[in-house]
Amino acid sequence: MIVRILGEGQLVLEKESLVELNKLDDELMAAVEAGESSRFDAAMGALLGRVRELGSPLPVEELKPSDFILPSAHSSLDEVRDLLSSDGLIPG
Amino acid sequence: MADGVMKRMSLIFKSKANKALDKYEDPRETLDYSYQKQMELLQKVRRGVADVATSRKRVELQMKKLQQEGDKLEGQARKALELGREDLAREALTRRANISAQIGDLNTQYESLQTQEENLVRQSKALEAKVEAFRTQKETIKATYTAAQAQAQIGEAFSGISEEMGDVGMAIQRAQDKTAQLQARASAVDELMASGALDDPSGLAKDDITRQLEALSSGGAVDDQLAKMKLELSGGAGANKELEAGKGTSYASKSDEISDADVLKDGGAA
Repeated sequence: MIVRILGEGQLVLEKESLVELNKLDDELMAAVEAGESSRFDAAMGALLGRVRELGSPLPVEELKPSDFILPSAHSSLDEVRDLLSSDGLIPG
Repeated sequence: MADGVMKRMSLIFKSKANKALDKYEDPRETLDYSYQKQMELLQKVRRGVADVATSRKRVELQMKKLQQEGDKLEGQARKALELGREDLAREALTRRANISAQIGDLNTQYESLQTQEENLVRQSKALEAKVEAFRTQKETIKATYTAAQAQAQIGEAFSGISEEMGDVGMAIQRAQDKTAQLQARASAVDELMASGALDDPSGLAKDDITRQLEALSSGGAVDDQLAKMKLELSGGAGANKELEAGKGTSYASKSDEISDADVLKDGGAA
């Protein structure tokens, strides 16, 4: 499967990683819904860190849509909430 | 189960791509139109990278200028101490501390801008590679076109490039926001330096200290000259009167008075 971290690029991961990533992602979603900034930062760090650890970069000339997309590192809680609430932020 | 962040985000990107894909009856038109948009985006990214670099260099100059101000103030503090003016030395060092804080502040923003610039360069290269891949696929699809097969192929290539474009587009937006912030910050420092506000590291404020130091150094010379003139003129009674009147307005007898008056005058004029 392919995961994109916005601002960094696409990574190829084993499908088996999904179980672990989903747990981290659930925590991230919970933090977003709770609006708890420090919890959000920790969850983002954990999820992005694990994706980077487990993934290897997709060659740039390969043109494939990602199965999952993650916000860029250092995104704020508000930015991510805006991203999820509409597609207005994605240009093009 | 509700979708997490990563699934939702990919769905948002996909729906965006699908909407664009649905706009054309013949998928081949979509390919050409999309390619055109990709070329436009590439241009925009290159401009974005250049803008960020320009802004970064400007902050670099700004920081160098501040550093020089700081060094000057340190020298002035030393000189003031030599002349026994601890109050002036303290003032110079206070301003210097203020400047150091400004430099630290700018440096943090400078580093983050630098990272952003590096990312943007990397992303723009990736986009270039993907646009080229898209062009190749586009030509292949068009050459061997059968509607049923093309739909699937086009869908994949299109979502792939659309996602890339969205990502890069957002990165440019972020870099532009950051650049604007930094420019505003740099201009604010510029204005402070030009305004001569006393508690800020401005060129004029620094000149006050310089002027006071110069007044201190030349104070002795002025006194000597005065004494000499008095001596010369003490012979003629009429001329003496005239000079006594002039002395009161042209010269202050003590350097402290000169400097304080100057500071007030400058503060008011600035």
